[in-house]
Amino acid sequence: MTAIRQLSGWGRHPVVRADEQLSEDLLEATCDVRLTRGLGRSYGDASLPAEAGARVAGTVLADRVLRFDPATGILRAEAGFPLYRLNVLLNHRGFATPVSPGTQFVTLGGMVASDVHGKNHHASGCFGEHVRALRMRVADGRVLEVTERTEPELFRATLGGMGLTGHILEVEVQLERTPSPWIWTETERVPNLQALITRLRLASQEWPFTVSWVDCTSRGRRMGRGILTKGRWASRDEAPPHPPRPKIGLSVPFEMPGFLINPFTVRVFNALYYRKQLRRTRRGITHPQSFFYPLDAIAHWNRLYGRRGFTQYQCVLPDTDDLKVPHRFFEVLVRYGGASPVSVIKDCGAEGKGVLSFPMPGISIALDLAMRDDTQRCVDALNEIVIEAGGRIYLAKDALTRPEHFKQMEPRFDTWQAIRDRWDPERRIVTAQSVRLLGDRP
Amino acid sequence: MFLGATKGMGRALARLMAERGDDLCLLGRDREDLERSARDLEAHGDGRTVGVAVCDLLHPDGFAAALDQAEEVLPNFDTVVVSAGLFATQEVLEADLALCRRLLTVDFTNTVAFCEEARTRLLARGGGRLCVFSSVAGERARTPVILYGAAKAGLSHYLEGLDHKYRRAGLVTVCVKPGFVKTGMTADLDPPPFAAEADAAARTILRGLDRGAPVVFVTPIWRWVMLVIRHLPRAAMRRIQF
Repeated sequence: MTAIRQLSGWGRHPVVRADEQLSEDLLEATCDVRLTRGLGRSYGDASLPAEAGARVAGTVLADRVLRFDPATGILRAEAGFPLYRLNVLLNHRGFATPVSPGTQFVTLGGMVASDVHGKNHHASGCFGEHVRALRMRVADGRVLEVTERTEPELFRATLGGMGLTGHILEVEVQLERTPSPWIWTETERVPNLQALITRLRLASQEWPFTVSWVDCTSRGRRMGRGILTKGRWASRDEAPPHPPRPKIGLSVPFEMPGFLINPFTVRVFNALYYRKQLRRTRRGITHPQSFFYPLDAIAHWNRLYGRRGFTQYQCVLPDTDDLKVPHRFFEVLVRYGGASPVSVIKDCGAEGKGVLSFPMPGISIALDLAMRDDTQRCVDALNEIVIEAGGRIYLAKDALTRPEHFKQMEPRFDTWQAIRDRWDPERRIVTAQSVRLLGDRP
Repeated sequence: MFLGATKGMGRALARLMAERGDDLCLLGRDREDLERSARDLEAHGDGRTVGVAVCDLLHPDGFAAALDQAEEVLPNFDTVVVSAGLFATQEVLEADLALCRRLLTVDFTNTVAFCEEARTRLLARGGGRLCVFSSVAGERARTPVILYGAAKAGLSHYLEGLDHKYRRAGLVTVCVKPGFVKTGMTADLDPPPFAAEADAAARTILRGLDRGAPVVFVTPIWRWVMLVIRHLPRAAMRRIQF
């Protein structure tokens, strides 16, 4: 018996009817499926099957810790083990994930497949830098222990490989030791893009966590004004004596009408958000959840974008002192009326181990675009700027990039594909994204 | 002692118990799977050792030995939880007589036999708690779950009697009646209204277990829904095909 459901990524576009097999037993569940998905928090089509009605393995019930050694901080868990459980379980005991993406509703398997990065990318790199071993079911059905030593190529191709190199069954990761579970933050208001990027880079020389929110609707002299956030784990003396209680936030109970988020409402929201911070700088102790996962405070916030959903566009533009490229980027965005209430700029550090991992030294820009008739054209225009600048996009967010654009921005693709050819020549593992972008047959 | 802690609601409930510092011993069919769950619970319990003993609900002859073994690990045990069981819809069971027999045996006969074994041990040490997972499906005959519901109805009946007879002697019997909870067992079904998450369900069950409630409905609204359903005339039940 099967239950066919509507599956989508977090952006709720595209939507595919599929049979998601949830099971505690991943060994069995991954026997005969074309892909494995976790919590479905990638935005686009990375976690979706290429064909409607196809069977997909879901990892969320396979969520056990298999080993945790407080002496070394090494954690091994099943692929469906979610980051929020890790946080609840280990933060108050002085351990944290070495790299945290913008939501804690992701699985370890998903964090590996997307090779997620976080506010500390300039200091700690991607999640994959801290992964010690993987247990995988590869396309021919074998189950292997995959490490940098045993299978270096497969290991590196799997970090950021969007789940296409094999089914991830278990993940072993080196956690970070923290002086307290609280965060010490400083935030400052920054009047324009030039100042924002300069100060972001400066801040990253001193702080382990940096990120900036940017008002992408402001124009002229104020273009790219924003709020810069810097943080570090609070020392034991600074932190409150009690551990932070898990926060329970609001929820968007049902799908909102699609016109709710439009250039006007976003401009008003952004102006208010910018002014919310009255003083130029603010500092103090922050709840780790509010610091790492501000958007998790509103459950189902993706419903705000209405029936058609949205896409997140995230790219990295290589390091340059010339700000013409980001300026043009925002001009194109404003021209298409691409109004995003949550736009994030973050400086990235060195490229990591993952053959296809997203970050490279430079500036990463992430913004939400409501799905409209011209969203495809907007993404195309933004991609052309990215290609010209020598940058690339983040596959975990993407739903709309064209294959020819992807290949132009990804000189590493051939290397990765060659590794995949060796492990899965028949293309038994295929997703909607790999069909759209990499030329796989469904 | 926990039979069925490797999956679903049992896993969630065992984690809550481990987190608050209870000592646990897991019983189940597959030793490797038990060991994996034991390591998970040790991580949830800040390193406190969790024991395992192999026990298969299909083989009642092994119950005594399994409980002996568990007793060696946990000499001062005071609670036995049984969340293991099989589930299949009427449609599936009608087409597969072997599975049907197995389900009736596991969910009723052998679960009761296991409880009898656990009951005598608990009573011998002056009482304790016996917490067993039945189902709202046992409240009233419903066409999509006739056979499963019948087994669970029998189990609920047995547990109620046990509670009547032995509560004064110190044995508190807790019959858990989950409605639809999203776990691996129900992964193939479309969740109806009021479907609960396993973690939330486990919190409710643990509260009921600590209070010694004779019956725990996982989603409180089911208590009232079932009250109505129980009193519907047969003709109405037949007509609505609920």
